[in-house]
Amino acid sequence: MMMRELKALSAEHKEREATREACINVCGAAGCQSHSDELKAALMRAASAQGYGPDTCAVKKVGCLGLCGAAPLVSVHPAGLLYQKVRAEDASDIVANLDGPGVDRIRLDPHAPFFSRQQRIVLENSGKIDPEALEDYIAADGYLALATALTQMTPSQVISQVTRSGLRGRGGAGYPTGLKWSTVAKSTRTPKVVVCNADEGDPGAFMDRAVLESDPHRVLEGMAIAAYAVGATEGYIYIRSEYPLAESRLKTALRHAERNGLLGNGICGTEFGLRLSLRLGAGAFVCGEETALIASIEGKRGTPRPRPPYPAESGVWGRPTLINNVETFANIPSIIRNGGDWFASIGTQQSKGTKVFALAGAIENAGLIEVPMGIKLRDIVFDIGGGIPGGHKFKAVQTGGPSGGCIPEQFLDTPVEYETLATLGSIMGSGGMVVIDNKTSMVEVARYFMDFCMTESCGKCTPCRAGTVQMYNLLSRFSARKAQAADLALLEELCDMVKHTSLCGLGQSAPNPLLSTLRYFRQEYEAAMLPQGGVK
Amino acid sequence: MRKLGNQRSALIEALHTLQEAFGRLDKPGLEFVATSLRLPLSQVYGTATFYQHFTLKPRGKHTCVICNGSACQFKGADRLLEGVRENFGVGDGETTANGELTILTARCFGTCGLAPMAVIDGEMSDPLTPETLNGMLEGVMSKP
Repeated sequence: MMMRELKALSAEHKEREATREACINVCGAAGCQSHSDELKAALMRAASAQGYGPDTCAVKKVGCLGLCGAAPLVSVHPAGLLYQKVRAEDASDIVANLDGPGVDRIRLDPHAPFFSRQQRIVLENSGKIDPEALEDYIAADGYLALATALTQMTPSQVISQVTRSGLRGRGGAGYPTGLKWSTVAKSTRTPKVVVCNADEGDPGAFMDRAVLESDPHRVLEGMAIAAYAVGATEGYIYIRSEYPLAESRLKTALRHAERNGLLGNGICGTEFGLRLSLRLGAGAFVCGEETALIASIEGKRGTPRPRPPYPAESGVWGRPTLINNVETFANIPSIIRNGGDWFASIGTQQSKGTKVFALAGAIENAGLIEVPMGIKLRDIVFDIGGGIPGGHKFKAVQTGGPSGGCIPEQFLDTPVEYETLATLGSIMGSGGMVVIDNKTSMVEVARYFMDFCMTESCGKCTPCRAGTVQMYNLLSRFSARKAQAADLALLEELCDMVKHTSLCGLGQSAPNPLLSTLRYFRQEYEAAMLPQGGVK
Repeated sequence: MRKLGNQRSALIEALHTLQEAFGRLDKPGLEFVATSLRLPLSQVYGTATFYQHFTLKPRGKHTCVICNGSACQFKGADRLLEGVRENFGVGDGETTANGELTILTARCFGTCGLAPMAVIDGEMSDPLTPETLNGMLEGVMSKP
């Protein structure tokens, strides 16, 4: 498809939408999925019973509407109504109130802080477009950035926009994306490979799942732009097997894009071509580490290897490889469309743009949010998240999954940035935020994550393989209240050893949850110890 | 395998297909994959046992995967497992003696808004209590 065809299709689609009286969007992401088919059918029945046809009132299955804790969700446009916990019985009332004021018993306020405090770039189409319809994405200016990059920009101009934007890797480590791209671009060896890391392994994190289920074309477009910029001709999307819905939507998107000349050979009528294929993970957390992921793409056990050489020099099949996270790629189309300076104007000095977070755990509004960098943790937990349910008290927020840490109440006014979170002993991570209330013991939290790392350790290097087991056993003594002072000292020594001597990120960060709970909740460990000289 | 041109890199895809078709990876299946892809059986076995998703044990007629992600964990995934053990006498990775039900745990399905939850025969559940989960499982098992 050429630029003018894209624009014509977009205009035509917008015109058709404008003639409609209303459009009812049913959330069809995994959190709402078990109800969405039934709901969509009920709404369509109700619409036709009340005299609407597909031209006057459309019922669409869309991506994530955000507030997963109140699933299933339905929204009505253009009236801007939003409904929670919708049942099939509500369908006729919803259709009868298309123009407002809406059905009070299930209505949500779309201007509540949960929605109004967000700033959406990555999620701009999420909950608005049908993720299985290419024309919906094109109508939302989709693939315009790719066409612009291919026809009006040189690869180095693309990279310079990404560098100017200040975008940093959204997988957690925060490496500057522009720098990574230019390293791969500089390599003279061909062919080159782009890889999208969709192995979202952190428990309690579902940002990438939501992006892939809600707006898969955005990720493909970002990958194609990246491939053009670095000179890659083939690419892989490595997705975990726990996300069957995201996988099937990606497959559909790939097929549609290839059929319409937006992927494959001769993209947008130019000479540039990119062959993308999907690779399915098989339940191994360590495959989120880039060298392990490369091994897994090659069909081997997912074990990491020492770096250097970095994937930028020698990645998949020994070729220069660019690996970025789903959310990183999803930012690219907006950056190319609006310019790097626009993106750099959002966020803080060190951390630009927005970040998607998955709010879960002991929180009123569990769900998916996108906020500008630099927002305070307190605003996320209490304003957007609505605080802790059931009259319980806030104890800590866990960020970064098994590689991150717990941040207690006194640091809630910290702005969310890569550096500040690291100073607190946690990490930005991929965006999982699990809120912990005062019912939960922090020793148990540390033990849970250590169990996770112990099971998921690939076993290649000794510090991680043996160290995590020892730390887990020591933590079990604390949780059985049989620990002694020497155990605490040993635990701290082991943390230091595993952190500094492990081969890959999994081992190096495995002690983080333990260290951060020791730092802020040491009294809980001390309370679990036997009195001095006590008998074991 | 043919789709991927019998390349050695197709190992994981091949194992996925095999497990989907037969419910588990058995020895003849692994040997077939090894021969077709010209790989040593040890590497095929090594890969099959490395990844948590692959299983060499036969599964029951119905499968219930209890999510053990952090959100589910802090909201009572352990109690779900205990409830199932009390009611059906099986724990994580086990199958009931009559071959009806297999209980597994998963790292996180990424639907943390529904925590604590489980996936029963491929269907995501709503938030669960030990009682509702046991009720659902009995319902699933009583269907022909």
